[in-house]
Amino acid sequence: MRKNWWKILSFALLVYTIVAGFLIRVPNLPIIHESIRNLYFHVCMWFAMMILFIISFVYSIKYLSSTSYINDIYARNFAAVGSFLGILGYCTGIIWANYTWLTDQNQSIGSVLKEPKLLGAAIALLIYGAYFVLRGSFTDMDKRARISAVYNIFAFVMLFPSIWIIPRMVGSLHPGAPGSDTGNPALNAQKDLDATMRMIFYPAVIGWTLLGVWIATLKIRIQLLQDKDIIYDPVKEIGTADR
Amino acid sequence: MTKRVFALLQKDVLLEFRQKHTFYGIVLYIASTVFVIYLSFPDKPDGNTWNSLFWIIQLFICVNAVAKSFLQESRGRMLYFYSIASPAAFIISKIIYNVLLMILMSLITLVLFVFFLSNPVSNALQFTGIVVVGGISISLVFTLMSAIAAKAQQNAALIAIMGFPIILPQLLLLMRLSKVAFAEVFRAGAVMQLTLLVGGLDVLVVVMAVVLFPYLWKD
Repeated sequence: MRKNWWKILSFALLVYTIVAGFLIRVPNLPIIHESIRNLYFHVCMWFAMMILFIISFVYSIKYLSSTSYINDIYARNFAAVGSFLGILGYCTGIIWANYTWLTDQNQSIGSVLKEPKLLGAAIALLIYGAYFVLRGSFTDMDKRARISAVYNIFAFVMLFPSIWIIPRMVGSLHPGAPGSDTGNPALNAQKDLDATMRMIFYPAVIGWTLLGVWIATLKIRIQLLQDKDIIYDPVKEIGTADR
Repeated sequence: MTKRVFALLQKDVLLEFRQKHTFYGIVLYIASTVFVIYLSFPDKPDGNTWNSLFWIIQLFICVNAVAKSFLQESRGRMLYFYSIASPAAFIISKIIYNVLLMILMSLITLVLFVFFLSNPVSNALQFTGIVVVGGISISLVFTLMSAIAAKAQQNAALIAIMGFPIILPQLLLLMRLSKVAFAEVFRAGAVMQLTLLVGGLDVLVVVMAVVLFPYLWKD
């Protein structure tokens, strides 16, 4: 119970997000209207994706400094769940774009697809797609872990400017683009949201991120069980030697 | 350190001179690609199309030119380098060599483009400068990609898969930057900002390559 409190927290926060997100009054703004509730889902997916990619990046660094196979399993699974959340972010974004940019603003699909933030997200998904292709091309486990850790670190560092710097420099359909107000990459939580929406939005980010971590830990535990014969654990090894 | 880098660089250049077929192979690749584009456009392409085509061709040339830099080294030879040089010296020599090669190839592409597909560029000197900067950025990224792909057995396709998403932001920046030479008006300071961003990314790639390469080459 003491170890699993965060799973209960995740569950509670998500119940709160969904119930409050759909029921509590939202400001009635032109074009987005009630679709603003998608904020609690769409934006949180990207937050959670980015956090999981950062965790994967950290485990890749840990792998290179320790060469413990367990770190490779962590890095791989966090990247996988992160990519999945990225795809979900796209799906929720499609629904949102359909009811705002396409129908109400009469944007062409071409201009929506050229959105700098969509490009950044596409680059992220392509990079992690390449990461999994690279992993698949090895038969040697140690080599796979090492080379893909190198690629993961390099790709993540290169991904950073394309998500955090370039979108701040160019115009965009998303709120918060340089043309409209401040250069925040997706939204300006202080300015664009009212107090009630922030009360739901921040817990929602935490809830979805914890859910992503939860899914990743389940996948990791399955793989640790599958590979338990080949994982060399120095601590355990010493323990058996003593006996 | 500098001496070692220089010696390794000299070895690469010497190899290039001894095995001229690879060098001419890439030049021929450029020539035939540009010729195919020339034939597929009944009229001369306009400025925007010209610019996009140019950078896409640059990308593919770089994959072909830089790919062999690590693939040509056999296992035994890598072991030999491992025993005589530090990984930093080795990767820096490879980077310098690839940058030089790519600058040369970029200029050849530019000449062929102007020859076959007319010249919509209004400021030739500026565009040449941007082409050199672009060639450097692209070759830097693909040097490290080539080092990674050399470790995985199936290589050339893997370089493209891994490298394209990473080079995409830089390529878009370069395409935008090169509009300057097409007499497009930018707001004040934007050109400087773009150039600094491209340069900053280059520095980042070099630093990452030097930090990460030691993990790549020990087996």
